[in-house]
Amino acid sequence: MPDAKTEIHEIVVISGKGGTGKTSLVAAFAALAQNTVFCDLDVDVPDLHIILRPVDRMSTPFMGGNKASIRSDACITCGQCHEICHFDAIKWQDGTFFIDPALCEGCGVCVALCPQLAIDFPEAHCGVWHISDTRFGPMVHAALVPGQENSGRLVSVLKREARALAKREGFTTILCDGSPGIGCPVISSLAGATLAVVVTEPSISGLHDLERVAGVCRHFRVPVGVVINRWDLNPEGTTDMENACQKAGYAIFGRVPFDAAMAHATAQGLAATETDAPLGHTIKKIWQTIVTFRPAASATLRPFIPAAQTPLD
Amino acid sequence: MRIAIASGKGGAGKTTLTASLHRVWPRSHVLADTDVEAPNLHLFLHPQVEHTEVVSIVVPMAVEAAACTLCGKCRSICHFGAIARFGQKMTLFPDMCHACGGCFSVCGSNALVKGQRTLGTIELGHLADGTSYVSGTTRIGEVMTPPVLRRLLAELDTMAENSTDVLLDSPPGVSCPAVTVARNVNAVLLVVDPTPFGMADFRIAWEAFRTLGLPLAVIINRADMPGNTGGDAAVAAFCQDHALPLIGAVPFSREAAKWVAQGGLIADMGPQWHTLFARMANDILFTFGEMGHA
Repeated sequence: MPDAKTEIHEIVVISGKGGTGKTSLVAAFAALAQNTVFCDLDVDVPDLHIILRPVDRMSTPFMGGNKASIRSDACITCGQCHEICHFDAIKWQDGTFFIDPALCEGCGVCVALCPQLAIDFPEAHCGVWHISDTRFGPMVHAALVPGQENSGRLVSVLKREARALAKREGFTTILCDGSPGIGCPVISSLAGATLAVVVTEPSISGLHDLERVAGVCRHFRVPVGVVINRWDLNPEGTTDMENACQKAGYAIFGRVPFDAAMAHATAQGLAATETDAPLGHTIKKIWQTIVTFRPAASATLRPFIPAAQTPLD
Repeated sequence: MRIAIASGKGGAGKTTLTASLHRVWPRSHVLADTDVEAPNLHLFLHPQVEHTEVVSIVVPMAVEAAACTLCGKCRSICHFGAIARFGQKMTLFPDMCHACGGCFSVCGSNALVKGQRTLGTIELGHLADGTSYVSGTTRIGEVMTPPVLRRLLAELDTMAENSTDVLLDSPPGVSCPAVTVARNVNAVLLVVDPTPFGMADFRIAWEAFRTLGLPLAVIINRADMPGNTGGDAAVAAFCQDHALPLIGAVPFSREAAKWVAQGGLIADMGPQWHTLFARMANDILFTFGEMGHA
């Protein structure tokens, strides 16, 4: 379990459903956190910087995987690449083959098997990542070129850099703002995490997506705790949700009411806990519960979801 | 006309809006939930699923030790770390595989056994009013989302003529899933949450989607939200500066938030709400029709 001396406590805030209030809460926690590195893992549409207002220490270009590209002067149009590509990325038009970069998976099979060695495999420039300073502590974050892929790989880079920074400078906790969904970037976010905090809302969509994202955490054996945001919009739904969490063995970290103070703080570029709004006290209690939480040892022993592989007839 | 209801920011109101637009849409149409990681449209529209298809990929599942010569070609061609060599044995990590087929192509001794990895499912059905419905759902723990989406979009091609309207509830963000959907539609309707976060994500979404050369238009959700001073005006100003049609706004309402939390459609909350969405549907069709002909 997280031990300040030997292991960095790595808290990842996710939600399944988007727009449940992850970033607002992470910013509010950031203003309270001690000895913590902050990390915005929602590299697709990052927002934490709007409140944390990072000042750049260092920027590094992110090269995100390779894309195949046919040199038409060397191509003898044998069509082997077209046959072998499993992603339908190689197109035939006006007597030449070309590769649709949006469909290219970057597997490099055509590159390796082209008899003329006529296919290049350059690395794509997909964005920039930064190490910065904020009024609450250092921050690791990034910006993808809009529409670019490989967000999962960039998430891994940010986590690696946040850990290195924490070790180098003696920080004990990493607090990460994650992305919505349950796919590639979320799975990358969970790698090596010591705790997943799921921010949800008491709606049928919130509950449905909480089940799915908590399923992913279970799959990767990351302990789960839940914060129910805007709970007073549906008090009965909140109670049902808490009961469901208890049954599933997810910790409940608390409830946050719907409060215009949150929107008001955000509009001023502040964390809710930096204002004198009563909401700040509620969030402070939740943060204390989160940082002192230690999952039961059995929580790490949950079984994997049954393997999805089946033999091919 | 195929219209993607998209947003940069998650939780902007894509599903809420799609469900209400369906209720008032003046023409026959097909509904598609393309947010395969977190599909929610069915929670509001309750389709009867008549058919479920499993989407899977072919991956190397086992190595026949007797046949394997340990040549290492499969390991060299794999860019995804799905094949490793430990001592006198090749070890497979089928969950890392992207199904490029490279290992099977280079194995000279047929030592790799093919297996299937399930990525998710496609659900086909109808709503009570007869509207055709299709959705996709990724398997929990699965990293490869786009193949499920591509299968869903292919299914849509067989269900709906090009002339039929399709409303596609899109994944959030602007990375591969959202762009895959946008590349398969005629127009993108951006739902904007008029908060500082929503505004920042709206800019990114506009940057990403405008490169596709599609008609884009905007709807503000939760307009006039308490505490969010200046938010709506910032969205309207951006739309004006970038010649983006601002079709309308759904006002913030605590009652509406409660109603939606319990699975209701805002268009069903009362005649004034119904009228709001009916006008919006009309304006969407008119705006995209005009832009398409321009």
